[in-house]
Amino acid sequence: MCSTWCYTISPYTLPVGKQTNMSSQPENGQYHMDLNLDHGDTESRQTIPMPIPDLEVQYTKIFIDNEWHESCSGRKMQVHNPATGDLLCEVEEADTEDVDKAVWSARAAFQLGSPWRCMDASDRGQLLTRLADLVERDRLQLAVRKTHAHTHTRTHILKRTHILTYGEYFTYTRHEPIGVCGQIIPWNFPVMMFAWKIAPALCCGNTIIIKPAEQTPLTALHMAHLIKEAGFPPGVVNVLPGYGPTAGSAIAHHMDIDKIAFTGSTAVGKLIQQAAGESNLKRVTLELGGKNPNIVFADCDLEYAVEQAHSGLFFNQGQCCLAGSRVFVEDSIYEEFVRRSAEKARNKVLGNPLVPGVDQGPQIDQKQFDKILELIESGKREGATLECGGGPWDQRSLFIQPTVFSNVTDNMRIAKEEIFGPVQQIMRFYSVKEVIQRANTTHYGLAAGVFTNDIDKALTVSSALQAGTVWVNCYNAMSSQCPFGGFKMSGNGRELGEYALQEYTEVKAVTIKISQKNS
Amino acid sequence: ESKLAKPMIPNTKCLFINNEWQDAVSKKSFPTINPATGEVICLVAEADKADVDKAVKAARDAFRFGSPWRRMDASDRGLLLNRLADAIERDSAYLAELETLDNGKPYAVSYSVDVPMVVKCLRYYAGWADKWEGKTIPIDGDFFCYTRHEPIGVCGQIIPWNFPLLMQAWKLGPALATGNTVVMKVAEQTPLTALYVASLIKEVGFPPGVVNILPGMGPTAGSAIASHMDVDKVAFTGSTEVGHLIQQASGASNLKKVTLELGGKSPNIIMSDANMADAVEQSHFALFFNQGQCCCAGSRTYVQDTIYDEFMERSVQRAKNRVVGDPFNLKTEQGPQVDEEQFKKIIGYISSGKREGAKLMCGGGVAADRGYFIEPTIFGDVQDSMTIAREEIFGPVMQILKFKTVEEVIDRANDTKYGLAAAIFTKDIDKAHYISNGLRAGTVWINCYDVFGAQAPFGGYKYSGNGRELGEYGLDNYTEVKTVTIKVPQKNS
Repeated sequence: MCSTWCYTISPYTLPVGKQTNMSSQPENGQYHMDLNLDHGDTESRQTIPMPIPDLEVQYTKIFIDNEWHESCSGRKMQVHNPATGDLLCEVEEADTEDVDKAVWSARAAFQLGSPWRCMDASDRGQLLTRLADLVERDRLQLAVRKTHAHTHTRTHILKRTHILTYGEYFTYTRHEPIGVCGQIIPWNFPVMMFAWKIAPALCCGNTIIIKPAEQTPLTALHMAHLIKEAGFPPGVVNVLPGYGPTAGSAIAHHMDIDKIAFTGSTAVGKLIQQAAGESNLKRVTLELGGKNPNIVFADCDLEYAVEQAHSGLFFNQGQCCLAGSRVFVEDSIYEEFVRRSAEKARNKVLGNPLVPGVDQGPQIDQKQFDKILELIESGKREGATLECGGGPWDQRSLFIQPTVFSNVTDNMRIAKEEIFGPVQQIMRFYSVKEVIQRANTTHYGLAAGVFTNDIDKALTVSSALQAGTVWVNCYNAMSSQCPFGGFKMSGNGRELGEYALQEYTEVKAVTIKISQKNS
Repeated sequence: ESKLAKPMIPNTKCLFINNEWQDAVSKKSFPTINPATGEVICLVAEADKADVDKAVKAARDAFRFGSPWRRMDASDRGLLLNRLADAIERDSAYLAELETLDNGKPYAVSYSVDVPMVVKCLRYYAGWADKWEGKTIPIDGDFFCYTRHEPIGVCGQIIPWNFPLLMQAWKLGPALATGNTVVMKVAEQTPLTALYVASLIKEVGFPPGVVNILPGMGPTAGSAIASHMDVDKVAFTGSTEVGHLIQQASGASNLKKVTLELGGKSPNIIMSDANMADAVEQSHFALFFNQGQCCCAGSRTYVQDTIYDEFMERSVQRAKNRVVGDPFNLKTEQGPQVDEEQFKKIIGYISSGKREGAKLMCGGGVAADRGYFIEPTIFGDVQDSMTIAREEIFGPVMQILKFKTVEEVIDRANDTKYGLAAAIFTKDIDKAHYISNGLRAGTVWINCYDVFGAQAPFGGYKYSGNGRELGEYGLDNYTEVKTVTIKVPQKNS
């Protein structure tokens, strides 16, 4: 099964931790992993229950109008376990006709006077809270720790802002939902990406057609079941597993979808934008790739910075848009930093992600696997120093050895292209001005990290970096309250926090003629 | 007869301090009465200054820098509030019964209005906990500037007896969402539901000292809170008369921040083009709801002269049909007044109405042999200068006055020291906007009355109080804004 079934869910809880004791005896049928989570002065221990062996896959059809449908074409997709290559199950494959059905349903659910449109905003929030409770109930199945259900209170205020206008008028704004929203999500954090998309959209009162990645449709379909169980009216959320060039493209080109939100590669992001322009000028928000700089100054806590840079790259098998894939290290600590990073990489435990104690699972599929290996070869060819790893782990699977390159120069492919695998690049820098300029020399602009104890450096560098999120003395620290999104070709718009709501809102200004205005 | 033979409250003879049930230092207790029968329900521990001191210490300790409550994720504060809402929802039937036993309001209303509104209020503020954001500020110069929205600290909260559970939720919601700690004195007439909620507060996991609940008397426990040198803020809902005292006590002690929700004499204006049936029914509800014991009761009903006679006739008919009786009977619309003191005061106002020449249209007397029941009463031909037109009666006594023009009624409606609420019944869009803009009141209802939502701010102009409760505005009163300005080598936008 895809790696997310195991532990890689909330990036801000786990990668900060060091794995310490693992009990050898199961207690109450459960192994417990003690995670020492260092949050400054406090420590917290979290125990994780044993995964369910041979988990039954219950939902494999297309979810439209709160019902389960077979595909119009009759076609199905195969879903594989990347750890073993085995076939897990088949899932109905959605295409253009299924998208049309879903749009019809979502449009009906959005009609003026529909249950969804007439529902109290606080009740929309209640449904989201109930869904969060159900997800928590089923979390062993979904392996989720926290979902993005915190935005629900915003629904309580269909904001009416009294605006002072010239003349005898009373003006206010309504924050209305946009309408039918198409959402296309990736395979790297399937259930989390699902939550990030549906929560703000539903919170603001929209209806949704969501296409999960073909590699990882199963948690989305389970969520569909929970959505129905929680009580969302039919047609409010429709879940269509399918492929990008067919179902995804149908959504991007659809004349009756009002907005599209896409998370995935920059290459496909460009296609989505063009499709919107060609079709009905639907609103577009994009969360795309990154080649994120992680800048380590000599005055940092070295061991801590090594560890953060390590988890900042290797988390989720390197399959993060946020991966700190260009680690810039100040000259005076460079050698030591490289040495420690390579040692850390060598000590990583690869294996079946469902087994406790395993650090790194397989890459998601053959295509990704091949791409990563190709880039590793380019690194060797272009003259970077291979410190460790550099190839597959064993011959029959999708596992890649944790790989570290040093003496990487900015013009190498591994320094410019998004690898999306367990391959860390460590570069040397000399001055603040130089590293800022080099960090910003990229079409991407998603995230960045800065490690230093000096307050001036921290504030100067974080202001200067062209990235939507800058971490200072940490990496991957994320939370539902903090907006997240890209500068430049890493995307547009922000997810999470209050900012996310703007992307799912149409503002209407209402102006009423009155007989006499008074302040 | 009450369905509860005996209340199941575990700890009425105790105060709730630091998540523990503690006896009053003085060991004193007082009886709480069932207003439907006049009988004692049980004895309740009586807090005084020494107990307030203990509670403030516990709240101060729970608020210290580095405490579990201060270190808790904002989202977890929200989670605790949600859990409290869930626990209250779980125990709705019990809480509604207890509320009716102690306050006298009809059980059908406690169950279908009071308790659900409590749950919604807590859930609403649970949501705000991690959304109350500061800002970064583009200050002049080479500086990085931002604000933090910090809790104020130890908040004293003194709540009334007319909506015991709901007033508790209105106070706890915003205070806890923003991270404060609370010392709450509940009304001596109605302490029971608050004490039960205290047990739920402990059950769902609020750390000790975050919420402390003290039943006690105003002049002793309430005064101790208002004058306390280590309480950072006091929020009081009650009479304007006591509101004056609270404000003065703050000035005389440590200048603690003060917010007040006080009385009202709210005008309800019926234009000639209003939907008559609607206006009559809503105006009846506006006055008689909760036995007339609402700070925002529509207690001056101004009716335009051309429809006055019909409006009066229909209102009298409606009042005569009002079902007064045992609050546990599901058909009952009106229960007893809350206690003997209120009962006597209302009877006194009715006498003054007759004496000063208002015309008694119906009711005017006692409705039962025991308990504190008063007949639904209507006065006509009321003049603005009469006592019943100027003073807050807080009982089932409706004043109906006649007016001619829009300008006149706006002036007369505003001619009061109060300014809590108002309403207008009209179909005309221009009149609706003009009059609502002209009325000096914190809430104006148009073609409705007593419509509340956790989302909508509520509070008074003038002597009806200061500050707003509910909505986003409700958070302001529980926040200290800290501005942090950091020198940077070079500012860039």
